[in-house]
Amino acid sequence: MKTIDERPVQVQPVRGTRWKKHHAEDVAGRSYTFICAALLIVIILSIVYFVASKGLATFFRDGVSLGDFLFGTTWDPEGNNGEPMYGVLPFIFGSFATSVLAALIASPLSICASLFMTEIVPGWGKKLLQPVIELLAGIPSVVYGFIGLTVVVPFLRNVFPGQGIGIAAGAIVLSVMILPTITSVAADALASLPRGLKESSFALGATRWQTISRVILPTVLPSILTGVVLGMARAFGEALAVQMVIGNAPHIPRSLFESASTLTSVITLDMGNTVMGSAHSNALWSMALALMFMTFVFVMIVRLLERRHRI
Amino acid sequence: MRAKLTDKIATFFIVVFSLLIVAVLVGLIGFILVRGLSHIDWHFLTSVPQTIREGGGIGPQLFNSLFLLVLTLIITIPLGLGAGIYMAEYAKPGKITGTIRLVVEVLSSFPSIVVGLFGLLLIVNTFGFGFSLFSGALVLTIFNLPLMVRITEQAFRSVPKEQKEAGLALGLSKWKIISSVLFPVALPSIVTGTVLAAGRVFGEAAALLFTAGMSTPRLDFTNWNPLSPTSPINPFRPAETLAVHIWKINSEGLAPDAAQIAAGASAVLVILVLLFNLFARWLGGVLYKAMTASKRMG
Repeated sequence: MKTIDERPVQVQPVRGTRWKKHHAEDVAGRSYTFICAALLIVIILSIVYFVASKGLATFFRDGVSLGDFLFGTTWDPEGNNGEPMYGVLPFIFGSFATSVLAALIASPLSICASLFMTEIVPGWGKKLLQPVIELLAGIPSVVYGFIGLTVVVPFLRNVFPGQGIGIAAGAIVLSVMILPTITSVAADALASLPRGLKESSFALGATRWQTISRVILPTVLPSILTGVVLGMARAFGEALAVQMVIGNAPHIPRSLFESASTLTSVITLDMGNTVMGSAHSNALWSMALALMFMTFVFVMIVRLLERRHRI
Repeated sequence: MRAKLTDKIATFFIVVFSLLIVAVLVGLIGFILVRGLSHIDWHFLTSVPQTIREGGGIGPQLFNSLFLLVLTLIITIPLGLGAGIYMAEYAKPGKITGTIRLVVEVLSSFPSIVVGLFGLLLIVNTFGFGFSLFSGALVLTIFNLPLMVRITEQAFRSVPKEQKEAGLALGLSKWKIISSVLFPVALPSIVTGTVLAAGRVFGEAAALLFTAGMSTPRLDFTNWNPLSPTSPINPFRPAETLAVHIWKINSEGLAPDAAQIAAGASAVLVILVLLFNLFARWLGGVLYKAMTASKRMG
């Protein structure tokens, strides 16, 4: 046992023997945690640098023009029909179509779920839906892809013309995957609303729906949009689940039920079959660069929405 | 009366849509279990996969997934704790802190395939680790780190201020306060968060395709020399995980029972994720009790 009357700790570390163990600990701990935090910056800078250095080679070394790359509709990197063509518009279209559609399907459902948890039955509604949302978030993406392949695709094939694979199948699978993201952001926003807002609306004689539609939803709209953008970002970057159900045809489909491709699905399929440093491989890296760029755009939008919310 | 009617209709739709989500989850899990459970037996869980013939198992894949998870956590936990503690306790509002916060945000919404490509370029090729468990673990660390930082930061921030002030009043050094006062209180939420994050890592496949590889060498489970290429615990051998295996047999499986294997493997994956979920809650509760001598609120 130590005695109680220990000297008060010397505040400034002094040289020589007065430099105590806890000073050393303090400095070591502080430096260690700072190095860990700085490592995050190093990681992101190196990701940006390496992906950009490979991705930009398409334009600077292989001489593909940015316009041909972004707006070209022919993807023929091996040059099977003459000149190799690196038009990725079909994939950009596929990525946007699937993620926007997925957000359109998932948003109303998520908003209803978050209202159910916070406004309709705050007690057991939360107890019921919270674990459901967490489990949906926890199911691995390949399992979603597998279910899409064994349930969604055959269903679409039976109901609609076509093979069942395509943008519709991708969007349905993605919409379930991004439900948890949107719901949890929306539910957090609803739960943090000041009580007075709702109570004064009820006191004026408004019904619950009037309160929800005219007071609550307009107030939390920026937060809900934040959730939707985060969900879209997740859908945009999702690779395997989409690749399994979308069909992987390299052109812009004429219907939602026709085989298509996204940026991620092409990278997933082709990267293993190309030689590092070849023009084909570099074009795939350029697509990764485009994905990364879109991530930055999504994060920027989220930041802007949050800033507006604060005012 | 129109307002009341609208209110009733709107409520009805909100309830229906919410129950629809519950139904989707129940349907999903029910479907996976019904399809997969019949295929799961001891042989399936332990034997090696077959490429062309029937009756392949998922033994090596299951082992790879668990081993890779352990490797990833060994790297992620110290780094994530450090960065999280820095953000919660040391970081002062300013440019650097703002940058780190932005970095965490960007990293956590990075597409996993892009992180995988980065791993392929830097870790697999430039550093020369090849397709290996170690490369996979490093990539999963990048993928998991932002989550871990957030979990730690939130856990430290939710410790009551009085506890910290009491420590300061006793003249404890900052590090002593962090390690002996704040950390024990924050531990239950950190552990719960870590196990939940581990479940996410467990199901990740896109980042591993080009880092841990899509094949497993023939493993000899009696060889425990970590440097031998046939040893299961050699971290520098290629390793196909369970999630990658599901993807592979769905897209290029040649075995006649590929669909059943995919169903069985998906069921195993989902059951493990469910177990992670339950385990996280249970462990968090137990630790909370042990650390604070009271039940968790809410």
